[in-house]
Amino acid sequence: MKTILFILQKEFIQIFRNKAMLPIIFMLPIVQLLILANAATQEMKNINLAVVDFDNSKTSRELINAFGNSPFYTIIPVKQSVNSAMDKVHNSQADAILVIEDDFEEKIVNSEKVELQLLVNAINGTAASLINGYTSSIVTGYSAKIGIQNVEQFKPAIATKVRHWYNPELNYKLYMVPGILVILVTVVGMFLTALNIVREKELGTIEQINVTPIKRYQFIVGKLIPFWIIALFELAFGLLIARLVFNLTIAGSIPLLFGFASIYLLVALSGGLVLSTAANNQQQVMFMAFFFMILFILMSGLFTATESMPQWAQVINAINPLYYFMDVIRMVILKGSGFADIQRQFIISLGLALFSLLWAVQRYRKTSD
Amino acid sequence: MVQNRFRDFLVKEFKHIIRDPRTLLIVILMPVLQLIIFGYVVSNEISDARIAIYDKSNDYLSQKLTQKLAASGYFLPVRNIKTDAEIDQAFKAGDVKLVIVYEPNFAENFIRNNKADVQIITDASEPNTASILANYAQAVITTFTNEQNNNGISANRLDIRSRMLYNEELKAVYMFVPGTMVLILMLITAMMTSISITREKELGTMEILLVSPLRPSQIIFGKVLPYVSLAFFNTIVILLMGYTVFGLPLRGSLALLLLVCFIFILLALSLGILISTLSKTQAIAMFMSMFALMLPTILLSGFIFPIENMPKVLQWLSLAMPPRWFLSALKTIMIKGEGFAYVWKEIAIMLGMTAFFLALSVKKFKVRLE
Repeated sequence: MKTILFILQKEFIQIFRNKAMLPIIFMLPIVQLLILANAATQEMKNINLAVVDFDNSKTSRELINAFGNSPFYTIIPVKQSVNSAMDKVHNSQADAILVIEDDFEEKIVNSEKVELQLLVNAINGTAASLINGYTSSIVTGYSAKIGIQNVEQFKPAIATKVRHWYNPELNYKLYMVPGILVILVTVVGMFLTALNIVREKELGTIEQINVTPIKRYQFIVGKLIPFWIIALFELAFGLLIARLVFNLTIAGSIPLLFGFASIYLLVALSGGLVLSTAANNQQQVMFMAFFFMILFILMSGLFTATESMPQWAQVINAINPLYYFMDVIRMVILKGSGFADIQRQFIISLGLALFSLLWAVQRYRKTSD
Repeated sequence: MVQNRFRDFLVKEFKHIIRDPRTLLIVILMPVLQLIIFGYVVSNEISDARIAIYDKSNDYLSQKLTQKLAASGYFLPVRNIKTDAEIDQAFKAGDVKLVIVYEPNFAENFIRNNKADVQIITDASEPNTASILANYAQAVITTFTNEQNNNGISANRLDIRSRMLYNEELKAVYMFVPGTMVLILMLITAMMTSISITREKELGTMEILLVSPLRPSQIIFGKVLPYVSLAFFNTIVILLMGYTVFGLPLRGSLALLLLVCFIFILLALSLGILISTLSKTQAIAMFMSMFALMLPTILLSGFIFPIENMPKVLQWLSLAMPPRWFLSALKTIMIKGEGFAYVWKEIAIMLGMTAFFLALSVKKFKVRLE
């Protein structure tokens, strides 16, 4: 036990002696959190709509007003020509074009069916389908309004009411911030651990440790604990920033969140250790860590729901620690899920932690090759 | 003589890379795996979302609507709920994404009062999924209402006919192939170069190189050339895979496309060199590349999230992000099929940035020689 304390002392002295490392550990995550959470939005808040109004009647202007009144739309003035509107799309000044035919008002008055044409820049498919959805709902709303005006056949209807729980305003930031925290904590924890050991290898100081009577598990524990503490601190710090800046409140239990995080970090840090045993220099280890990180992050459901992934991807996710943490951090913070709800993820992560710890101890050799 | 020395140095640098087959393998595999993941795993389409039904009425009409929802392909009713409290439980356990609540006497209200209520409750802790699912459910219910009214004609008298420009099937490949390219090029050129140069500094071998007859520019040039070749190789692989496997069109000129890629590689290199002159240890170089390059590359370049929706400050910030201009040029050439006239601005900006970063590094590099 005393040996471990000595190793810990050495590690902490080394970490805090490096003046350039500290700002990196603490400042960059904050900056990232502030920038990324604001950047990572899939809400369409500003749709530039070019309207080509061939009808130019009272009714068509009413419809255009319906768009103008929506905070999401900016009407881009164009000439009465589809080609000039297409030009706006080509040079990205407009996201979509709405074409109103010249018999629009006439058909409405005669209660005929009217078709509007919508042209959407669809290079980004997600954005395009959102634009399409928003536009349809505004047109439907307008259609319902004129329907009420000239009351006619009264047909039974099913009234739907949508309620969004846990995040009624569909604030995308509340969804992204926990996800970004997961990544920051992982990057800081895993990369620092991996780089730290490889650095000792590169500088040759690991040989000096190898010739001491330190046991393998003592070495591993001594290397893990400092970064484990730093990463947990980072999580607390990030949550505080999220609370202050994004007003993100934790619906669930904080001890539960940190309990799960500490188990998850064991997996991430041991992973870093295992990688470090396989590498000879920092460039190698960094590259390997980056390789696995980016694959795990993409699979974990940071941006997209994991349920719609194909079967083989879900099989891979069964051993993806990031997938479990990404899931749990959102469940606990946003929904207030309790221990019973995350039991499965908890047990699997515990298993992954044990496995990776043992692996790290087993991979570390006190002999040099 | 000088030429020979430079060639020897270049051979040394190539050997450094080839001697490490593991890294080389990752460099080659990475873009392929990433394209596969983006192409097949990460998608915004939702099908078979698990939903729960809270049927307070349980009559023929509510059952019929539930069947209709299940048959739509979007929803998979997995659970029946009996109390209000169960909704919260189901969401918290993460079992379902959406709950459909029928009011009591659903069918009776529909026929007698011409109005029946359905509540769609979503788990909006995933806001995008929630709003997409809610829209799907509403669309299914609207169709169902029309069918019940036996006319099949839409109750809306205004219909929208949408046409998706450039990408009619809304394929995600238009976004992720250019995106992967940016990511890989940044990683290999900027990040790897910055670390490989810093490594010489950290181990003290940089001094040895500096006292050698090689000029500093030759040292830097020799260091980056192997990575340039790797980066260019990956560019070709990504383009080929995008074209053959994912059916990405190449509507513009290939030569122009390769030129733009090459300019971007130069730009990323100049960034890598700048970072290496600024950092003393590899760990710092790595973190600087990671936070200053990678994450903004992914998030501020318009790769995954559209720039137009960001707050104004970030939109301005994104103007300073090299990948933004590269992505914009890539899309213009590949997807819109436009020529030089539409991308000269991007090319000029990227060249300007490269010159700026290089000038800055040269300044810093000389300071370090003293």
